[in-house]
Amino acid sequence: MTVLSLKISSQHDGFSLEIDRTIPISGVTALFGPSGAGKSTLLRIIAGFERGTGCVAYGDEVWEDGRHFVPPHRRGVATVFQTPTLFPHLDVQGNLAYAARRAGQSGTVAAMLERFDLTGLGARNPLTLSGGEAQRVALARALLTRPRLILMDEPLAALDHARRAEIFPFIERLRDEAQVPILYVTHSPAEVARLAGRMLTLRAGRVTGLGPTAELLAVADVSTEESGEPGSLVTARVVGQTGDGLTELAFSGGAILTPETIGAPGSTVRLFIRARDVMIARDRPEGLSALNILPATVYTVANAGPASADVLLRCGEARLRARLTRRSVAALGLEEGTGCHAIVKSVALARE
Amino acid sequence: MSADLAPLWLTLRLAALVTALLLVLATPLAWWLARSRSRIVPVVEAVTALPLVLPPTVLGFYLLLAFNPGAALGAAWLSLSGTTLTFSFAGLVLASLIYSLPFTVQPLQAAFTLLGRAPMETAASLGARPLDAFLTVALPLSLRGYLTAAVLTFAHTLGEFGVVLMVGGNIPGQTRVISIAIYEKVETLDYGGAHLLAGLLLALSFAILLALYLLNAKDRRGGGR
Repeated sequence: MTVLSLKISSQHDGFSLEIDRTIPISGVTALFGPSGAGKSTLLRIIAGFERGTGCVAYGDEVWEDGRHFVPPHRRGVATVFQTPTLFPHLDVQGNLAYAARRAGQSGTVAAMLERFDLTGLGARNPLTLSGGEAQRVALARALLTRPRLILMDEPLAALDHARRAEIFPFIERLRDEAQVPILYVTHSPAEVARLAGRMLTLRAGRVTGLGPTAELLAVADVSTEESGEPGSLVTARVVGQTGDGLTELAFSGGAILTPETIGAPGSTVRLFIRARDVMIARDRPEGLSALNILPATVYTVANAGPASADVLLRCGEARLRARLTRRSVAALGLEEGTGCHAIVKSVALARE
Repeated sequence: MSADLAPLWLTLRLAALVTALLLVLATPLAWWLARSRSRIVPVVEAVTALPLVLPPTVLGFYLLLAFNPGAALGAAWLSLSGTTLTFSFAGLVLASLIYSLPFTVQPLQAAFTLLGRAPMETAASLGARPLDAFLTVALPLSLRGYLTAAVLTFAHTLGEFGVVLMVGGNIPGQTRVISIAIYEKVETLDYGGAHLLAGLLLALSFAILLALYLLNAKDRRGGGR
């Protein structure tokens, strides 16, 4: 396992990034946080595209400190960007050969085409590829540089759901077969959960957590705060308006009805659900005024104050945070794996 | 007849040489202007654009002073080459480099700005050194800018008059470019000779511009990059 040491203090455009951490790197490490947390800036500093003020070292090699600066092309770091930056003046084969030649392994291009299921696309112009194909070419090209570290900056964010599902296996194979450590920037808990063994969480330019994904995802970081109010973020699709003026939203945990007017039918929205607007019942409640009763499973229980506790619920793919009193947690016997129902009293559109 | 066309060949030679030199020399300047966050960028941009707004005679006047063997530049040239910069082909080339500089720098700067930073960063992350990345990625992706710069520079140098008159004079085979020759023929009431040269220049300029626009149209139709 290699260690990435960061001691960075970078200010520009009113945004400050302050990081002083040693990060063990192996497999996929997620860099996770909301938009504007500094994830991409941090990635650019690690890649060498920006000079932060501070120190960056990988293993025993100093990439940047007060005196040295190793330029990006000598770091052995391959970057996969959100939109695949394939060279439009070269065909697919040419793009791969560009990387292979500079890594001294020109003979491996054909094998790589096959490995990324790109056989037959070698002569195509990158501009004619689908989003998924283009991102696969970008992954293959990154691997051909024989990198010591691969940086991925939201590589799936520009793709629709089906294309994402198409790319996942290739990233997993990169992780499992190529044995190249990957730093993976995302704000999607689903991607973190699927790919990353460890995660570093960032908020407003500061590290808020570093550790195994299972622990961190459970506790604070699908959860978020707005105006000091704890809650969770849920991605949902707007289904439409009901006859009595409600908006119907669908997410992986079920359907939500809200009197708020949210989005145009068919659009995807991010919802903020306050932790105190989520109640928990062991059995499906009857005769309750609340409209939204969703089957859920307890993921983790964490103390949130002297008398209160946060219960993390898995609701489909989404996770909901509920704030209860510790007495209620004990009375209901909530612990990891408990099946229950989440009663969501209100939702709001998340601020980005 | 062939003696009459000598100014045309001289002009073409001058324009071709100046275009070739400027495409190379202006590249680093345009690159720096497109990339640098330095506070002196606007100052350098303004200086670069000066030949656009200055009357050629003003530019020619200052160049004449600088090229004079009594001035530092003129003296240095004289001691190095044994000839004067004033009233020589070398002087014309040097003057034209300055006179046509904005016509090379501005299209290149626009092309480099349009390019953005992603292609060069991608190339670096694939192990390409900066010069390698420039030659194999930035240059091919900026070909359109280079083509525009070349055409504009060539055409602008072709029509140069005021600066030549100030620093070059009218020496056959040395500094008698086509615009000077036409002027002289009109002055001496040789309208036939003037017609020939003017007509050639008109046809040549039109042909160059037509070629450029045809290429543009083809690119648009072909959905090129």
